[in-house]
Amino acid sequence: LAPWVPVVGLEIHAQISSNSKLFSGSQVQFAAPPNSLVSFFDASLPGTLPVLNRRCVEAAVMTGLALNCSINKKSLFDRKHYFYADLPAGYQITQQRVPIAVNGRLSYSLCIDNKMSQMVTKTVRIKQIQLEQDSGKSLHDDTRSQTLVDLNRAGVGLMEVVMEPDMCCGEEAAAAVRELQLILQTLGSSQAVMAEGKLRVDANVSVHHPGEPYGVRTEVKNINSIRFLAKAVDYEIQRQIEELENGGTILNETRAFDSKLGCTVPMRDKEGKQDYRFMPEPNLPPLILYDAKSLPANMNHQQVVNIDWIHERLPDLPSVKRAKLVEQYGILPEHSFTLLNEDGLTEFFENVVKQTQMKPKKVIGWILNDLLSYLKQHSLTVKESPVSPFLLADLLNLLEKKEISSTAAKQVLAELWKGEGKAPLEIVKEKELELIQDQKELEQICQAVIDGQENEVIMMVLG
Amino acid sequence: QKVTVEVLDHLERLALVDFRDSEGVERLQKAIQFADQLHEVNTDGVEPMDSVLEDRCLYLREDDVTEGNCTKELLKNAREKVEEYFVAPPGNIPLPKLEERETFLQGS
Repeated sequence: LAPWVPVVGLEIHAQISSNSKLFSGSQVQFAAPPNSLVSFFDASLPGTLPVLNRRCVEAAVMTGLALNCSINKKSLFDRKHYFYADLPAGYQITQQRVPIAVNGRLSYSLCIDNKMSQMVTKTVRIKQIQLEQDSGKSLHDDTRSQTLVDLNRAGVGLMEVVMEPDMCCGEEAAAAVRELQLILQTLGSSQAVMAEGKLRVDANVSVHHPGEPYGVRTEVKNINSIRFLAKAVDYEIQRQIEELENGGTILNETRAFDSKLGCTVPMRDKEGKQDYRFMPEPNLPPLILYDAKSLPANMNHQQVVNIDWIHERLPDLPSVKRAKLVEQYGILPEHSFTLLNEDGLTEFFENVVKQTQMKPKKVIGWILNDLLSYLKQHSLTVKESPVSPFLLADLLNLLEKKEISSTAAKQVLAELWKGEGKAPLEIVKEKELELIQDQKELEQICQAVIDGQENEVIMMVLG
Repeated sequence: QKVTVEVLDHLERLALVDFRDSEGVERLQKAIQFADQLHEVNTDGVEPMDSVLEDRCLYLREDDVTEGNCTKELLKNAREKVEEYFVAPPGNIPLPKLEERETFLQGS
């Protein structure tokens, strides 16, 4: 049986973190009364026009720079036409011909064979980033055979990030999306939370034999978490391989991931190839961006987006943060991944380090093995931890000063989890866990043990 | 080159226009011939213009909330509503297939 090469590409829609929408002044907010965050433009009433939100442009430029893209100083807006109840205009304003950023790359890391100690770095090319409008929300009421439409989300700004088919499995896709999520959250350009629909991922999957042309690809939608992304991609790869090995063919179709059944199914309402009849958006001139060199002297700075100005103010990206943690604290690279992966864990670790004499290289063990595993067992976030950095530092100081043993420290920690507000020293005294430091006392104890075990001592001395 | 029935059907589905009768189709035919005159111009080495606004400045708005909160007004025009939601059919209702359409090109 000839080997199969799976090919995975991703289309990611990240909702831009802004107060108002991409082309109108209505508010961007999750969970508000239906149709309360809708302007006349969002409802597509005649006579309304789009007005571009500068914050959305800045968010896209930041993201493009963080993903090593070329920023197009001139980009254009287009209309993409299709009919659906939650798209009142009958078209979406997007950037199909010349988007705001192109040709970037994203580096991400994977553990080989599930071992944290062996990490490998991979890169995926970013084809482009484009600004576009989100659609409203449809609630399907099958019992009454109708759809309820809420336009609160219609017109919210999106950045579509297109990743080239450089990935080969669910694990790579998940790792790439996770890194993108961390980058977006660090930049603040998107909250990128999949659960709230602020980050949506569609996967394009195909398989082929090495040396042969790429196979027919399918698009997989309705993926609601990073874990499900890996599952959906791997399932679809397997489905295609089985189909082809049984002599079948792959249809160029859109499929939905069913998380309950763990499989992909063909989607309704997506029959036949769509013809979106792209045309230039007649109501919007080209979007011009400037840099330090091209900046016109007498222009109102409120009307200017300066790429260099934004570049200078980019925060440390996750990869830089990790390198700094490794350098500053002498921890391992895989430790830095775990620290950044859990919301608030880096701050927790750094706070403990500040308050204890114990070396960071030792502290990290307590953070990753003891603290984190406890939190995971009880499904708690770092912020919900009953043990604060102060308490943990206090405990580690006792250990560092050799007032208690490592085993005793673990016992104290187990008590601290109960969150009863007791200080570590209190618990040590209560449970009599203090290490005996007095030489004479230790000799007495040893002597007592030897005295009580005469026979065993004789046998040991005789060899 | 005449516009074929398949092209007309395709256009009607995409744009939800109704060419209705042979006069409508004839008008479409003439419009295409009129636009085809553009091919007579030599455009070698000329950058296409995609907007008459290309020399205008694209105005950038501050990210402030200035609109919305007009649910009642928006729903006033809705034929059907359920608790402040617009009501739509369960999915797109496809046009009948070409073979099944009686009204296609009425009076042609």
